[in-house]
Amino acid sequence: MMKKIAHLIKSFMLWELLKGLAVTLRYLFSRKLTVQYPEERAPMSPRFRGLHAQRRYANGEERCIACKLCEAVCPALAITIDVAERADGSRRTTRYDIDLFKCIYCGFCEEACPVDAIVETHIYEYHFEEKGTQIMTKDKLLAIGDKYETEIAANKAADAKYR
Amino acid sequence: MTEELVTITVDGQELKAPKGAMLISVTDKENIRVPRFCYHEKLSVAANCRMCLVEVEKAPKPLPACATPIMEGMVVHTRSAKAKAAQKAIMEFLLINHPLDCPICDQGGECELQDMAMAYGQDVSQYSEGKRVVLDKSIGPLIATELTRCIHCTRCVRFGEEIAGVREMGMTNRGERARIATFMNQAVTSELSGNVIDLCPVGALTAKPSRFAARAWEMIQHASVAPHDCVGSNVFVHVLRHDVIRVVPRDNEAINEVWISDRDRFSYEGIHSEERLTTPMVKHNGEWKRTDWDTAMGVVSDKIKAMLEDDAIGVDKIAALVSPNSTLEELYLAQKLMRSMGSGNIDHRLRQSDFSDQNSVPVMPWLGQDIEDLENLNAALLIGSNVRKDQPMISHRLRKAVVNNGAQISFINPRTYEFNFPVASNISVAQQRLVNELALIAAAAYKASKNAMAPHLKNILTGLKPTVEHKAIISQLKTAEKSTVLMGNLASMHPNSSVLRALAEAIAIETGSVLGYLSEGANAAGAWLAGAVPHRGVAGESENIVQGYHAGEINNQSPAAVILLNVEPELDSVHAMKNTLAQADMVVAITAFDSPTLRETANVLLPAATFTETSGTFVNIEGAWQSFKGVCPPQGDARPAWKILRVLANLLDQKDFDYMSSEDVRNELRSQCESIVLSNTTVADASIEMNPAGDELMRSGDVPMYAGDALLRRATSLQKTSDADTFCLRVNSAEAARLGVMGSDSVSVTQEGLSALMNLVIDNSVPDGSAWIPMAIKGNEQLGNAFAAIKVEKV
Repeated sequence: MMKKIAHLIKSFMLWELLKGLAVTLRYLFSRKLTVQYPEERAPMSPRFRGLHAQRRYANGEERCIACKLCEAVCPALAITIDVAERADGSRRTTRYDIDLFKCIYCGFCEEACPVDAIVETHIYEYHFEEKGTQIMTKDKLLAIGDKYETEIAANKAADAKYR
Repeated sequence: MTEELVTITVDGQELKAPKGAMLISVTDKENIRVPRFCYHEKLSVAANCRMCLVEVEKAPKPLPACATPIMEGMVVHTRSAKAKAAQKAIMEFLLINHPLDCPICDQGGECELQDMAMAYGQDVSQYSEGKRVVLDKSIGPLIATELTRCIHCTRCVRFGEEIAGVREMGMTNRGERARIATFMNQAVTSELSGNVIDLCPVGALTAKPSRFAARAWEMIQHASVAPHDCVGSNVFVHVLRHDVIRVVPRDNEAINEVWISDRDRFSYEGIHSEERLTTPMVKHNGEWKRTDWDTAMGVVSDKIKAMLEDDAIGVDKIAALVSPNSTLEELYLAQKLMRSMGSGNIDHRLRQSDFSDQNSVPVMPWLGQDIEDLENLNAALLIGSNVRKDQPMISHRLRKAVVNNGAQISFINPRTYEFNFPVASNISVAQQRLVNELALIAAAAYKASKNAMAPHLKNILTGLKPTVEHKAIISQLKTAEKSTVLMGNLASMHPNSSVLRALAEAIAIETGSVLGYLSEGANAAGAWLAGAVPHRGVAGESENIVQGYHAGEINNQSPAAVILLNVEPELDSVHAMKNTLAQADMVVAITAFDSPTLRETANVLLPAATFTETSGTFVNIEGAWQSFKGVCPPQGDARPAWKILRVLANLLDQKDFDYMSSEDVRNELRSQCESIVLSNTTVADASIEMNPAGDELMRSGDVPMYAGDALLRRATSLQKTSDADTFCLRVNSAEAARLGVMGSDSVSVTQEGLSALMNLVIDNSVPDGSAWIPMAIKGNEQLGNAFAAIKVEKV
């Protein structure tokens, strides 16, 4: 009986509405969590797996030795590699293609690489307008690597102690 | 010797095995894995890697399983704590100097060291000092070296000594300075050298032609059969994304054991040759145009149809020249097409010039015994055979007979060849005197057997006086428990091969030896069975078939239409065919390769598939039918030749050409061949005449090892080896003095009105009276028939 009376009074006083509005009011004055993309950026782990890049050594020599371990480990079969002997006798890729439509960004290629040549960078803003441009060729990958080498190196260093 | 069985216990399992057998061979048979690097079933025991250490009870230390003979009551533990500790320690020791460059090593993924390290090794090494580095040496165009990776198992060294029969590799120095090297850094030249690539348990010796081309795990392995010699070695073809990457042996104890020759291993390079014909081509007003299949086949069938209907030309003006390297199905369809049109002019014996005994020869060239049996021989006589280069796997069996049984093997050849086993006598006389020399041996055979001479040989054998050497050969054959007389490739090519064959048969009969033939190409036996000869049909049928002209006669018949199947006429034939082909109205070349001479002589080029791209069957010299499947798609628009022939027959409105697969073709032929009983006994022909050899200089030659067929001639790495011959003239020093020429002179050779310039090489392996010009290599088209009198002049 008492319960019914209390319910009646609460209904007339719009108690639940006020309760809800109280939440709104609290959030109105609390610290904001929304990231105002693209003006603001969310923080990222050094392990973030975005667009791929190929790295070089400090002397400008490409790291990749065409061991094909990334191709073998890739669960989406997104990597295609052709190998040939370079004039100096070293083993190098003549083709290194990553099909970004196939890639699932699992990072296995980076894990498998014995020389840290293929890496996944922080870049996640990219799009393709034409068919075929989703294939990341060796030249494109190396260009990205060259451009972001300092960042890639810093991320690798930051993550090194957990490996 | 009766074998005494003893009982041993391995890992709690009781095993019975012959006393004295090595422990590792016993455990291998029972599928108990013992790790090993230096031990190989086919090689002697070296016991130098120590990886196979196992614990044997009552022995103070672990013992190497590969060098421990078993004894009654032996108790062995392969996985006990003591054995495991020993294996782990050895693994760590072997890895001390190993560079661990697996990611760039071609052996990575199929490396025994990698596998053993995973199974028996540990994660960390206690060794932190500098590693040893060994500088690489170039040991030829076939084998790439990376000697820093070597673990000194010496398998390659033992292979050279025990299997290849040439000690080309060896280990120099000791301890940390020990290294594998060739003598004076020379190239490895053995015709079996490629097998060290498979033997090497690490990546120290890898294949140069397929260097870095693919990783072991990404290739797909297909079984196939080698297409170059009459042995038909079993191979695996490794394919990556429709491309053949390499060829490796497929174990078959009865045929090639675990080895293959370099020729079979590296010939695949020709498949990717730039000269591959990838689209049909038609010559129109002297100009070549690429076209599609319908047009090209239309041109061929219209032209041949018109000829068939034209009474003035007649069906016997159509001829087909086929290669003995074609598959059984191709050969069968080619002859069926020819015969159903009414022409019997088909021949595969393009390198033969004596056809006089063709009606009495056996149904197919047959070894007379199994290939495996050759290693039990006690004596053999090989006539006109460079068996080491022509059939390396047969040579390997003969070598085994010499090494294991002390067999006495003799040769009678038109040139002194080198063999990889000790030879009892190695007679060499000029081509034109070969018959006389063999007749002396036959005369000795009759003398020894005291039988009356066969009537057809009386003519040439009476009054001959064999020497001690001839008699010795006969007594070896006669006293041997198992002996054989083999006719080699040079014998069948010889201008008097019928006489050689009759003499060989007489020698075999009189000495109680088995007569056998070694044939040219991969499928000469199949060509005979398929009826790709003018005088016999399928399965040797000689009655009720359309007869025709043989390869030697076709030239004189000026054919109006010629079908060439996998043949490059200027190189694959000993007959100069250029003029004949130029005069023919229609020359259709079904060929995998384009070539300037084909463009000159043919009217239509139809691109055919190579052996990896077509299904088919080869019949080897012991009569085994070995079928294989296509392992990769043909390049460009090429098609398997059996399909081309089938469609051509359909377009020509011939009946019964509705095959859906090459198996259909094979089964049809197989059913007709079931009743064949192989035998090399023949009915003696009429009396044999022999022309006395003249004094003039005669041209002769052989087919160099890597020139036998179109595919081989385009295998680039093989062409860089020392076995790839060049177009030159070889005479011995006495002959050179007589001619007034000196080594490295440039000479002009004139033969039947044709002449060519070439270099002279003084080579004392060429007998007197002989001028040696290799066949089947570029330059040959300038001269005529392969055996003829020639004139040599200094330029």
